[in-house]
Amino acid sequence: MPIFVLWLAAMLLAVTSIGSLLSRDWRWTLGFLAGQYFSAFWLTLPHWSLTMAAASLVTGWMAVAVLAMTQLDVKSEPASEASWPEGTLFRAFAAGLVLITVTSAAQPVNLWLPEASLPLVWGGLTLIGMGLLQLGLTVHPFRVTVGLLVTLAGFEILYAPLENAILVTGLLAIIHLGLALTGSYLFSLNVSRPSESPVE
Amino acid sequence: MTAPLIWIVFPLLAGFLLLLLPNQRLVAYIGAGIALLLAGLALWLPPDSVRQIGPVVLRMDSTLTLVGRQISLTSAQQIMLVLVYGIGAFWFFGTLAAGNARRIIPFGLVVTALLVASLAVQPFLYAALLIELAVMLSIPLLIQPETPPGRGLIRFLMYQTLAMPFILFAGFLLSGVDVGPADIGHIIPAAVLLGLGFAFLLAVFPLYTWVPLLVEEVSPYAAGFILILFPTFSLIFGLNFIDNYSWLHDPASLQFSNILQVVGLLMMITSGVWAAFQRHLGRILAYSIVAETGVSLVAISLPDKQLGLQIFFYLLAPRALAMGVWAIALSMFKEKAPDLQFTSLQGIVRTFPVATAGLVLANLSLIGAPLLASFPIRQLLWEKLAATSFPPAIWFGIASLGLWLGALRTLMALVQSQPDLPWKSSETWEQRILIGLGLLGLFALGLFPQWVQPLLTNLPAMFEHIGK
Repeated sequence: MPIFVLWLAAMLLAVTSIGSLLSRDWRWTLGFLAGQYFSAFWLTLPHWSLTMAAASLVTGWMAVAVLAMTQLDVKSEPASEASWPEGTLFRAFAAGLVLITVTSAAQPVNLWLPEASLPLVWGGLTLIGMGLLQLGLTVHPFRVTVGLLVTLAGFEILYAPLENAILVTGLLAIIHLGLALTGSYLFSLNVSRPSESPVE
Repeated sequence: MTAPLIWIVFPLLAGFLLLLLPNQRLVAYIGAGIALLLAGLALWLPPDSVRQIGPVVLRMDSTLTLVGRQISLTSAQQIMLVLVYGIGAFWFFGTLAAGNARRIIPFGLVVTALLVASLAVQPFLYAALLIELAVMLSIPLLIQPETPPGRGLIRFLMYQTLAMPFILFAGFLLSGVDVGPADIGHIIPAAVLLGLGFAFLLAVFPLYTWVPLLVEEVSPYAAGFILILFPTFSLIFGLNFIDNYSWLHDPASLQFSNILQVVGLLMMITSGVWAAFQRHLGRILAYSIVAETGVSLVAISLPDKQLGLQIFFYLLAPRALAMGVWAIALSMFKEKAPDLQFTSLQGIVRTFPVATAGLVLANLSLIGAPLLASFPIRQLLWEKLAATSFPPAIWFGIASLGLWLGALRTLMALVQSQPDLPWKSSETWEQRILIGLGLLGLFALGLFPQWVQPLLTNLPAMFEHIGK
């Protein structure tokens, strides 16, 4: 695969992961997450068979769909956690710092993983960094689930050149889907819907 | 028959089927019966063995192949299977007293089966993935229906999930490094990743903040079950790493043992200090659990690896028994009192004398009070530690002192009451019997430790290099 296609996919990963970090509307967040799985599919394609990469993509999209179904009933945005700074400007600044760190770390990490291309390493590290940043900023179940999915997707990209066993890919797919289901379950307990209020 | 089918697939299916049963007591009896049956079967027909009953020959093969990978339970893991399912049976019977059988038992069986699979999967590195699956399935076990998830539960999910990628990466980086510490360029990043992974997985200081939060938020019994299972299997997973890489188990590489010892002592000391100042019974239990992980790390760090492993395995049964009794008592208190703060439970000894005795004695047993189950082995560990170096032994004592203070403050809070309050035992017969049996077990293990010693002697043989 031409290197510029891989770089394009890696850039798209950065855009989608920053987008899911900055957006406060769940529709945008999940849209970015879906886009991120598509970029990850392109990056892993040189190392995995088409069927394995496609299975990973479909699982990711199923995870997005599961999260979206739980969010459909939600009327408003989650309550702000006042103890942490979480303005858009702050998050954008933090994302910028993560990008700088990742860019400087990608080359040395690539030396440990000679089988991987630089765009793949850069893309994977970007997702891990953005996911960890998201996890550090919130304990809200929906945001935490998205953060964990982003981090794990980054790890999966980095792991693709190293391991192509079907069992591992299958287990990782189950973990992605399981995390989405767990997050949805936790989120469904976290919100009180109008229909759940006691009827007189 | 194949061992993984019996001890992994069968409990998995049974767990899912038990979800369909509506009756709490029926679920408790069937679930505990299944666990007991699996423990007994492991004792009677271990993997790689043949038995004949009349004309029928029963043969237990050890290996199952799944999508090109082997899942193998060997005869070396026989006693581990007996221990795990035996402990599971005790905890499942405990739901008769503590309640919540319909959540704890089905998911408990599934989680136990996945953790057993983590012992069996080849290459052992994939255990990280199975542990992560078990973490996700333990969420419905822990959460109280209709209650929003708290920070402890979210952090539990977050930290345990983050452990997996770090460990898998470290495993890959280490795969080409088995020649010794000369290949320092690969070892340092791998060691950092491995350290981070296990710090998350074992809730090492300072990453254990979620443990007291979790015990406070959810049912103490459910939390206790999860907090006995996960650190145990995570430590065995860690021991597999030590066993597989010569630079980790080489007697010449003292640095690694020193790091383990410092981390273990740090966990013991900090949790001991926090436990001494707590006013919430659930949080005291949580800090004791953290301290127990520290004790295990200190045992593993001993220069005599085989003795260290024997101490580690010997502590499992008394720990599970003590924590089970403690968690049953806490669940009973939580049902009757608004919370588990000292102020809410003052004088509860007069209405729950058996539960109070159970809680205090279980607490004392975990700390290593004489006559109780952990005493002989904790004493041995302390002696061996002192023989190696004196300062760690002093720190070990200081940490135990903190836990002792916590236990004595608990006792004081529970027995302090109005003198005119009448004595009346409010426990049910099931609760009295289960706590009584647990206490009997704690005293029996403390007074006659030699009874279980022959069973546990061969457990270190699970590990090819460090156990032999």
